[in-house]
Amino acid sequence: MTSTSARETQIVADPDVPLVRITREFDAPREKVFRAHTDPELVVQWQGPNGMEARVDHYDCRTGGSYRYVHVQDGQEYGFHGCFHEVRSPELIVQTFTFEGFPDGVALERLVLEELPGGRTRLTATSLVDSFEGRDAFLASGMDTGVREGYQRLDALLAG
Amino acid sequence: MAADALSRVFSALADPTRRDMVARLAVGDATVNELAAPYDVSLQAVSKHLRVLEDAGLVSRSRDAQRRPVHLEAQVFDLMTKWIERYRREAEQRYRRLDDVLAAMPDDVTPTRGQESPS
Repeated sequence: MTSTSARETQIVADPDVPLVRITREFDAPREKVFRAHTDPELVVQWQGPNGMEARVDHYDCRTGGSYRYVHVQDGQEYGFHGCFHEVRSPELIVQTFTFEGFPDGVALERLVLEELPGGRTRLTATSLVDSFEGRDAFLASGMDTGVREGYQRLDALLAG
Repeated sequence: MAADALSRVFSALADPTRRDMVARLAVGDATVNELAAPYDVSLQAVSKHLRVLEDAGLVSRSRDAQRRPVHLEAQVFDLMTKWIERYRREAEQRYRRLDDVLAAMPDDVTPTRGQESPS
């Protein structure tokens, strides 16, 4: 990690609880960063994996609201949905997150935006799941097909 | 690494006692007795945990030495670190796209909720 500047994304996988914490700083005021997380037209422009088309089914980002979006790759659709548990402008979003390919799994996500001097913002995003296997699968979710298949087999193993 | 080998690594590391053993072996090799000392379980139970770690390729035991110390296969263990780094890079790419979105937004933006924006 020595080669990454303080501004770049930092990731911590907690050793004691199945949690991943991401921190990142932005050269933009908090209101803007918050808006980019709540306005679906902005959300589709940056969220989701590289090279995948994102389509928002609905995105009702307010306390008690819900969302669903679909990532499309090579004709395959991957759906995600969840509920907005607490949305407090411009500092906090607490939401659930489920990948529809594994509907029994759910992550509890917390996004905190802090104001920094000079009109900058620090983002802290934590994602808590109910098992270390789930957390580690989450960490590996961006890996190549071979690894994903490895997880599918592990899922089957754990379900059996 | 084959998918089923990977599954074994994950299953092996899913158990807190085995994760603890791996953490201690990261400091240095240890015998089964030494590994068992902090736990209120039988040597047999510890051996069983070790067998799971061994089957996953996470640890090895030398065949000839009398003490047969347990050795952590750091290469396999490093895989976890690599995944985390890969995940970090993906998050960084995502946030660079967010940088661009933020730069393109007008300055007088109010943090409206998505629901209220016309679409």
